[in-house]
Amino acid sequence: MRAIRRSAFLVLAVVFATVTWAQTPILHWGGDAEGGAPFVEADPNDPSNLRGFDVEVAGEIARGLGRRPEFVQVSFSDIDQSVQRGDFDIGMSGVEDTPARRKMLAATIPYFEFHEVLTVRAEDRGKFATLAALRGRRVGTLGGTIAYEKLLAAQMTDGVICVSYDDDVHPYADLRAGRLDAVLLDNIIAARSMRRVPGLYTEPQPVATSHYIGVLATTNTALRDQINGILQARMADGTLERIYRKWKIWDDYQPAFFASVLHAEKAVPQHEKKTAEGVATQDLGIVLRYIPALLRASLITIVLSCAAMALAVLVGVFIASGRVYGSAPVRAILTMYVEVVRGTPVLLQLFVLYYGLSSVIRLPAFLAALLGLGLNYAAYESEIYRGALEAVPRGQLEAARTLGLTESQVLRLVRGPQAFRIALAPMTNDFVALLKDSSLVSVITVIELTKQTSIFAANIGSWVIPGILCAALYLVLSLPLSRLAGRLEMRWKAATE
Amino acid sequence: MSGVLSIANLRLCRGEREILRGVNADVRAGELVALMGLSGGGKTTVLRCVAALETFEDGVIDVGGVVLRPGPAPSRNTIRELRTRVGMVFQLHYLFEHLSAMGNVTLAPMQVAHVPRAEAERRASELLEALGVAHRRNALPRELSGGEAQRVAIARAMAMEPPLLLMDEPTASLDPARRGELGETLLQLTATGRTLVVTTHDDDFARDFATRVIILAEGEVVEEGNPREVLTNPQHAATKRLLQSARSEK
Repeated sequence: MRAIRRSAFLVLAVVFATVTWAQTPILHWGGDAEGGAPFVEADPNDPSNLRGFDVEVAGEIARGLGRRPEFVQVSFSDIDQSVQRGDFDIGMSGVEDTPARRKMLAATIPYFEFHEVLTVRAEDRGKFATLAALRGRRVGTLGGTIAYEKLLAAQMTDGVICVSYDDDVHPYADLRAGRLDAVLLDNIIAARSMRRVPGLYTEPQPVATSHYIGVLATTNTALRDQINGILQARMADGTLERIYRKWKIWDDYQPAFFASVLHAEKAVPQHEKKTAEGVATQDLGIVLRYIPALLRASLITIVLSCAAMALAVLVGVFIASGRVYGSAPVRAILTMYVEVVRGTPVLLQLFVLYYGLSSVIRLPAFLAALLGLGLNYAAYESEIYRGALEAVPRGQLEAARTLGLTESQVLRLVRGPQAFRIALAPMTNDFVALLKDSSLVSVITVIELTKQTSIFAANIGSWVIPGILCAALYLVLSLPLSRLAGRLEMRWKAATE
Repeated sequence: MSGVLSIANLRLCRGEREILRGVNADVRAGELVALMGLSGGGKTTVLRCVAALETFEDGVIDVGGVVLRPGPAPSRNTIRELRTRVGMVFQLHYLFEHLSAMGNVTLAPMQVAHVPRAEAERRASELLEALGVAHRRNALPRELSGGEAQRVAIARAMAMEPPLLLMDEPTASLDPARRGELGETLLQLTATGRTLVVTTHDDDFARDFATRVIILAEGEVVEEGNPREVLTNPQHAATKRLLQSARSEK
């Protein structure tokens, strides 16, 4: 009887705890688990669980607020936009303290100090200790970061070549592979990468110093102020130090940094009054400053698209001819190529070409992009040409043969020209699609129009103007093309009916 | 040499079906032979075999000394030789849709015989003139009427000056007046030493213009001779059926 009563009590306690837990308000915090350790990473022992110092800091903030932390996955470059539109309460996974961010969002006090450091190959140790020493060299970093801004500035002053990546792992792999001569990134990331990639060396002299902050929507200043109080308290009572030591990121700079934060009277960031009208009040100057970069990126887009299309047409014609005229084994091989290429994502193909093959052949990024898009579209083009070739009436081919034309002359003079007219409309379609698909190559460090736009948007904290500019540029590129094709089609269409 | 065309025991099967069961025919220079028979009798197939557009199972075809034998497609050299001896005009003309009438006629002389463009165009103009379609030289095939397209197709085949010209159902889409014009044109061609083999359903056309008629029924030659005799006084049941069907069409 007593046992029953005890278990009933236990059940009640569990139910009560569950209900309380469920009723606890939630602090939604956004971060990018792809950023990995020591910021946020999936626990190797239990991938549904997250760990990292940002996870623990977020946990401390939630506890201080009497809330339960809940993680929201968001791509690193989208944290600002996402918090502003209310996807979560606070964004924090290595979010850097920048003036633009402070202007656009409600930022917390900084909670960690880091340094931008140069990592080089071990054999280059001491050779590239400063950005000035890297004139004419390729230096990689993560796009949309302070390090990226720093490199862009150095591109002007010191003549370094800035290479932007979408993640912070591949720059170090490319450094080792020789595609880069240095990587400029946060010391935490550099230290982590040195453990992963052998043969690298990080120069001790920091290039710049900055801090990690949390970001909240501009309307959320009350919560931000509460969070500031909690962060200060955790700095003062040693909780943050304990977390940082646990994740081995506590260094000699932190005590002075903590002291400066704690001694700053009521750390309220200065840029307070920013509200929703922020977008409207953007400096026209900033927008104008980005226009040359956008135009340059458009040029990359158009050159890449044209070259890739030319390659696609060439290879497509070859494949189509092989599939129509070739022997059985040739046909089988070409069919397999078409099926494999069409059946797998172009993104994957780009990764394989650029990173996967880098141990065998180190393709420059632009060439890899050109090959990736060109060979991918060749599969689609070949299907169009094959259909078009087969649409030319057999009788015309026989008529040409009875006149004494050889098979290659029949293809070149009779079948090909008519097939081309049939293929023109779908080809134009494909070219316009390719123009837009060319935005995918930013994953292998080619900065084209869309990527430049997203950098632009990240820097000014709004997609409105960059988005409109970008769309306008794409239309300027694609509309004349459609018009031209339309006109040719009108002229030829009836001829093939 | 047996003449312009000699077909001996030509047999052709497609799957289970025996389409030609031993066709024999000889054509001498300057003849205009009408190859007649009901639809499905194998007329077009005979022409296609002579032009090496079909392979066949048995027999021998001799086109002015170029010999086609059963089995796989003839060698490239044989084909090249054959093309200098025989041309073909298709029932549906099959003009090259992307080229003008002039372009259709000059393509082969320029590309195969390597005649300079000016010379090729001069000769093409003469041909189009003779066939009465010179005024349509710049028209695209889709802009031509059926009769005009046929004349351009004849000019295209004639431009390579083959001694033997095969024509598949040239009368099929023509009204009686046009048919008369076509007959006159063909007679002019034979007058200049050309030999013609023409498949047709039209016994009047054969009677008026052919020098000889060959009746084909179920893959065999059942009757041949002077068109006036054969078509006025048919001996074979198949010829009688053919004439009946032709009469009911008119």
